[in-house]
Amino acid sequence: MQFVSRQKKLLPNSQTELYGQCLQFYGQPPLENIALSEFETFAVERLKLLKTVENLGVSYVKLSEQYKKKLDQEFKNLNFPYRADADDRKSQSGPSEIEKRRKDHISHFILRLAYCQTEDLRRWFIQQEVDLFRYRFSSLSSKQKLEFLHKNNLQYDAISVEEKKALQDKLVNSSYAVSGITVEDQDFYKVPFQDALDLVRTRKVYLKAGYVYIPHQDIVTIVLNDFRTRLSKALALTARSLPAVHSDERLQPLLNHLSHAYVGQDYSIQKNVGKISLEQIDSLSGKSFPLCMRQLHQALRENHHLRHGGRMQYGLFLKGIGLSLEQALQFWRSEFIRGKVDADKFDKAYAYSIRHMFGKEGKRTDYTPYSCMKVILSNPPSQGDHHGCPFRHSDPELLKQKLQFYKVSPSGISQILELVKGMHYQLACQKYFELTHNIEDITFSLNHPNQYFVESQKVLGGGKDIKREMDTTQRLQEKSDKGSTAAREAAAAANVSQHLAEMTEELDSFFQDA
Amino acid sequence: MEHVQKNYFQNREFSFTLKDDIYVRYQSFTTQNELEKEMQKMNPYKIDIGAIYSHRPNQHNTVKSGTFQALEKELVFDIDMTDYDDVRSCCSAADICCKCWTLMTIAIRILDRALREDFGFQHLLWVYSGRRGVHCWVCDEAARKLSVAARSAVAEYLSLVKGGEETVKKVVLTDPIHPFIRESLAVVERYFPKYALQEQDILSHRESVDKVLSLVPEDVRKELQQDFQNEKKPETRWKLLRDQATKKQATAKKGQYFEKEVMLQYCYPRLDVNVSKGVNHLLKSPFSVHPKTGRISVPINLKELDVFDPFAVPTISLICEELDRPRAGEDEEKSEESKDKENEKDAAERRKIRDYKRTSLAKYVKYFDQFLDAMARSWKGELLRKSDLQKEF
Repeated sequence: MQFVSRQKKLLPNSQTELYGQCLQFYGQPPLENIALSEFETFAVERLKLLKTVENLGVSYVKLSEQYKKKLDQEFKNLNFPYRADADDRKSQSGPSEIEKRRKDHISHFILRLAYCQTEDLRRWFIQQEVDLFRYRFSSLSSKQKLEFLHKNNLQYDAISVEEKKALQDKLVNSSYAVSGITVEDQDFYKVPFQDALDLVRTRKVYLKAGYVYIPHQDIVTIVLNDFRTRLSKALALTARSLPAVHSDERLQPLLNHLSHAYVGQDYSIQKNVGKISLEQIDSLSGKSFPLCMRQLHQALRENHHLRHGGRMQYGLFLKGIGLSLEQALQFWRSEFIRGKVDADKFDKAYAYSIRHMFGKEGKRTDYTPYSCMKVILSNPPSQGDHHGCPFRHSDPELLKQKLQFYKVSPSGISQILELVKGMHYQLACQKYFELTHNIEDITFSLNHPNQYFVESQKVLGGGKDIKREMDTTQRLQEKSDKGSTAAREAAAAANVSQHLAEMTEELDSFFQDA
Repeated sequence: MEHVQKNYFQNREFSFTLKDDIYVRYQSFTTQNELEKEMQKMNPYKIDIGAIYSHRPNQHNTVKSGTFQALEKELVFDIDMTDYDDVRSCCSAADICCKCWTLMTIAIRILDRALREDFGFQHLLWVYSGRRGVHCWVCDEAARKLSVAARSAVAEYLSLVKGGEETVKKVVLTDPIHPFIRESLAVVERYFPKYALQEQDILSHRESVDKVLSLVPEDVRKELQQDFQNEKKPETRWKLLRDQATKKQATAKKGQYFEKEVMLQYCYPRLDVNVSKGVNHLLKSPFSVHPKTGRISVPINLKELDVFDPFAVPTISLICEELDRPRAGEDEEKSEESKDKENEKDAAERRKIRDYKRTSLAKYVKYFDQFLDAMARSWKGELLRKSDLQKEF
């Protein structure tokens, strides 16, 4: 599926036809003109939806009551089409059903562009889209499911009542789950055996002339596999047409940003400047720093040096927790001088970059501290680096040793390693938070190292001043979450633009490693 | 053959096993002539056929790593008599006899039916391996394009006998009994009385009886051991066992199908899943010569399956002998032409012109040709269908 240039004209009546169904396989890319801001907004909102899908999928059994309720809510909040019987004619404030479906369609394809580029991104995207699809397909009625199959050319025909009767014995004897009643009540579909290998392998289904006969209740698994395969192929194709897309200057930074996108608070506005003294950093690093920053701090103390990636990740984090420029300069300088760098060299080579971080040089943009997504997905560490996300980038054996060294309990360590194995790095960090703060279930969803710090300080009581500041920050965040769609969209768009500017800025490589 | 995909033959992998067990892979040829010449030059002991690759196999080292891959291969099955050593008493290891050959007949009947009726495949070629087993080549286009996962799923669907040396009970059936198992049992039941009770004698001597009884539930075993003291006839003993099973099936929810399990353990085909799984696995070429027996790997005509005799399969010596026999009427020809001219012609040259049709291979080649014709007809049908669809536009 080539992503055709969006310069094509909008075809009349195609919208009603294209969006006649609530759910789709995303077979055809959108063929209309779209404003850049809508492009951004749609993409960011779908990303939020997929992140929710990911989080809920780990916290709850998929398709359980709780899962469905929470996901329903998110659909409502973000204006995605979630209930098949939602009627356009019903008067409702906000976007119409057709508009929601259009957003669903377009946002999916935009994210394809962003997420086709690496194996990691593809895997993540496919997993969330499959889970999303499973949820939406399961909420369709039987009739709608059948309509969906036919509309999407799935070679799955329901067999006639006569054929069902003739095959009744064979169908019942092929599967433990199929009884005479099942055969009477449900439709049975003929599916090519290549699409149902697991059922064939275990001989749990009736097979005749190359087709398996599957009851309606089991058709979901088949459809999901089909969806997954199609999406996987499509992403591979999309990756090949990327150079053409990237040549559009408006899109490239946007897409890069999306695949590292963070859609929450960005800790760019320093609330607690000067509230933390340099002497506190060592103890704070053990108590309130996420593992990545604790690791960076330790490496800095031990080696009196950090390479560029580490300086950026750690330096911006420190800015986010409230270090002023003067404090930062003093902090880095005093540490580097203990190593191989003399005062002069520091002022010449490194001070500039620290000032740059604070927006006092160059384009004077205030850099924002890295989100977890960014740390996990971009700039993986190489030999000699200490940045990155330990749950993502450390060898599990080394991670285990580190956690043991930091006195995490053995059962806690295995829980963390399980999450790491399932590639749930942020959840592993959340677990680390729970274990080091001795609490059962944290109430927040971890997305940002500075968020970790703020929440940790909350739990530990912190200094009175800091606490008040954080409460305000917290309340502001909660308020903005509940805000109107328009306001949030505007905020999201603003965030996006800021991040966009920042991303473009970072493309200047001022900083060379010593 | 215009309707065959371009480069099909050129991208086919062959492998030769030479003298002293030297194994050469990734052989490929541009024409039939080239293949012939190379065979004559190298004189391989074994010739195997592999997959169709993306590039010529003999150039695979020049291709960028990762791009040389197997695209298509026939779905194959290999049934080897040694896998039945625990259930045949007449022979073991590489030996076979007419008594245990029935196992191959049963295997072919069961698998052929399943591959055709359950999976919908149509172009199956069964080949005698030359010594102790049979191979099946499934040549449908759909079969050739199957992925590794699909091949392994097909092989597992067809597998019922599981476990090695340490497993006593290798077949366990639970409710419901899948139609595939029922069909397979129907085949086994046809051959079981003669094959197992008479020829293999499984219920005559103490040792073999114990082996059979080790597969039935303990309470039934005790009863039967008692009954067998008074009943010596194998057929009657078997009936007693079946009656016990019928009784059990009326009451128990587990372990009640032991009579079926016994039949399957003694007769059901044992296939090597690994042979069928691989997309680049190589298998012995039909019509090649088995290095140990000299027998030719001939295709088996299923219409004559019950009378197929592996010991009557032509050997290479027989074929040579038959080729050396003078043609009918050749003597007269010779005397008419000048003797000088005749002497100039090499004996070898003459042999080249001689027809294989005068040998015992004739009927096997004819059968093979029929198989190929059926495949060609299905391509033509496919092409016609495709061109019809195009016309509709």
